[in-house]
Amino acid sequence: MTVTMKKKDVVLIGFGWTGAILGQELTEAGLDVLALERGEMRDTPTDARYPQVIDELAYSIRGKLYQDLSRETVTVRHGVDDLAVPYRQHGSFLLGNGVGGAGLHWNGMHYRVLPEELQLRTRYEQRYGRNFIPEGMTIRDFPVTYDELEPFFTRFEYVCGTSGKAGNLDGRKIEGGNPFEGPRSKDYPTPPLHNGYGADLVWKGAVEAGFHPYYAPAANCSTPYTNPYGVRLGPCNFCGFCENYACYMYSKASPQTTILPVLLRKPNFELRPRSQVLKINLDSTGKKATGVTYVDAKGREIFQPADLVIVTAYQMHNVRLLLLSGIGKPYNPKTGEGVVGMNYAYQAMGGVEVLLPSGTRLNPFIGTGAGGVSVDDVNGDQFDHGPLGFVGGASVRHVRLGGRPIQMTPTVPGTPKWGSAWKSAVKDTYQRELHIDLSGSVAAYQDVYLDLDPTYRDAYGQPLLRLTYNWHDNEARLMHHVGDRISEIAKAMNAEKYWVTNRVTPGAKYDVRFYQSTHTTGGAIMGADPRTSVVNRYLQSWDVPNVFVMGASAFPQNMGYNPTGLVGALAYWSAKAIREQYLKNPGPLVQA
Amino acid sequence: MSITQPDRRGFLRTLVSAGPAAALAVGAAPAVGDAVETPEAPGPAYAPRYFTAAEWRFLQAAADILIPADDNGPGGATVGIPEFIDGQMEMPYGHGKLWFMGGPFHPEVEPELGYQLNLVPRDIYRLGIGNFDAWCAKTHGKPFADLAAAEQIAAMHELESGRIVFADVPSATFFGFLLTNTKEGFFADPIYGGNKGMASWKMIGFPGVRADYMDWIDRPNAAYPYGPVSISGERA
Repeated sequence: MTVTMKKKDVVLIGFGWTGAILGQELTEAGLDVLALERGEMRDTPTDARYPQVIDELAYSIRGKLYQDLSRETVTVRHGVDDLAVPYRQHGSFLLGNGVGGAGLHWNGMHYRVLPEELQLRTRYEQRYGRNFIPEGMTIRDFPVTYDELEPFFTRFEYVCGTSGKAGNLDGRKIEGGNPFEGPRSKDYPTPPLHNGYGADLVWKGAVEAGFHPYYAPAANCSTPYTNPYGVRLGPCNFCGFCENYACYMYSKASPQTTILPVLLRKPNFELRPRSQVLKINLDSTGKKATGVTYVDAKGREIFQPADLVIVTAYQMHNVRLLLLSGIGKPYNPKTGEGVVGMNYAYQAMGGVEVLLPSGTRLNPFIGTGAGGVSVDDVNGDQFDHGPLGFVGGASVRHVRLGGRPIQMTPTVPGTPKWGSAWKSAVKDTYQRELHIDLSGSVAAYQDVYLDLDPTYRDAYGQPLLRLTYNWHDNEARLMHHVGDRISEIAKAMNAEKYWVTNRVTPGAKYDVRFYQSTHTTGGAIMGADPRTSVVNRYLQSWDVPNVFVMGASAFPQNMGYNPTGLVGALAYWSAKAIREQYLKNPGPLVQA
Repeated sequence: MSITQPDRRGFLRTLVSAGPAAALAVGAAPAVGDAVETPEAPGPAYAPRYFTAAEWRFLQAAADILIPADDNGPGGATVGIPEFIDGQMEMPYGHGKLWFMGGPFHPEVEPELGYQLNLVPRDIYRLGIGNFDAWCAKTHGKPFADLAAAEQIAAMHELESGRIVFADVPSATFFGFLLTNTKEGFFADPIYGGNKGMASWKMIGFPGVRADYMDWIDRPNAAYPYGPVSISGERA
């Protein structure tokens, strides 16, 4: 029997970054807001307790903070006619769970977006001609510009206490910052983290090879800092346990370290953890949401009425919830009809490994989540794609994440995997190997999408999300080019040896067994036309105007940068539209 | 776990209470504090909770082949890798509870789609050790643990190659779990039963749970002088 609760003004589904932002913004507007989070309550004193948190096996390997796949996962296949099978173990991507979501255990790599990425199709068509974009590639313009989003990028950086150095302050270029970035209205709230020895070497090598290195923007605070909500963060101490962990130093920005201390105390806010939303309920017209149905910690099915439903779960879960609720027409890759699930995209990860001369002491355990050195010379459209013939670019960085022994004891290819030779290779390599990370954009394609699996079900009996994904030749060529270019940096570092380790090579299939990136995007994309997008420029559902969908599910394709800066900015942008436009006159904010 | 300090400051205070931090670098006597256990008192022999006696003999032998005792430190059995793996068999991991194990199962799909067997780690070890010992007996006349070291190394290479066909579990899958869990036990915090004496951390120079390098970020190419500390407060 379904229990019906007292109506709320707003219900948020999922309580990570976008849930926290929308909760804060809409309670400020005086609304009564309820957040439903399927996972547990999580906080710094309980989930980042020192020294217990310095446990690589529990956090990185067994995935203490990740989604419990035994209850729900996705299925994966390579092609539209293939059989999909479950993603049974964490590998290629690490889904989050619990209060704070993946925002609790991310690195804090806090990039904005290169302005041209938001007008991607127009930019390529104008610069390289209409025929440059290959058949089957479905890249789009975002329905919003960099200049429109700039105040919201700034806002999110100031909430996070992000460390870095501006390269373009209102059009003025600044040494040490990124010369390719869009203009900023304000510098970063805290100065760049100090670079360690490895980052110094990469920086020098990059300059020598003609690149433009800059301080990688890090939502790892570099100084004591109080954010606009009055929440205080502390400086990063380079502990080397950042991604996969919660931060015991209160340095890494997370909902817990930036927003929740204020939001959770508000009388007009309520959080109910361990509440699994099954669907968004619609009225008989199918054009209006009446609330949501969820299962609580005791296993009771509950109907929660609300005037406004905001989907603030992770990208994949956002898309699944729309499909389970019948909001928007599901995309069909064979007919091209429908929109929900279209334009899923990922990132093409690779690297250049550098082995420095014997005797080098990198002290690899001195690490941060995101501070270090970055270059954008091969990112976005900052280079001439004409003669290269591919779409996209890669963000490149060296961030020393730490020297955690289970996962961060590399050896040179060809080394035996066990025995005394392996032991001595591990010992020899530990202090002198570094990794330059290549994070390539991935275009959207007609044959890549998300839908509901016909066979496999979750612990509540609902269909799993099905991911149809494989690499395309465009990305293999992009990564080959980027690997070649970034090898020039390694060469300039006087390395003993360097080699490229790209995952995406010609003919390689998408391989779920190896961690690559948790930057999955698309499926509920934003656009200017309801026939080709799921939400409008304010992230409002075209079909059900009292439903908004936050997150990277709105990206029409993926970029080389990490997505969280854009996700946060879009959430603040949408929140402003809800506060200033929607609440005055509930209904579509863009006329179809 | 014996340590109950509520925060990092309390934990470190007990570690450094005997003197300046520099004194720790040169192997001075351990600081006396609530968090510091007397290290390495030999206890009663470990009694495996999951593995049978025959399986236990295999794990002891395999640990010393995969991670031999040599100039770089003690071998796998000495540092407690069998104890680590045995402990993991009793954790949710060993029971496959961290994985989606709903059917139907399609192990025939391409390997890039990931693990698709209807077997959890407890099954893989039970079937894998049994199959491998049977292969060793058939090929060399004895189970793995009773072979000469050179034969054990050769047999392990055969297992790694995937060329041996097992009846109950793919041999390469079994080897993959064995090697992965062995390295986990070698490198994980000693609270899980392996990495006794923090042998692997000493070998590579990893400082364990110190996890505070604010005053070291600006010292390029300098030797870091402090030995490792574990979650339960052991120092080496």
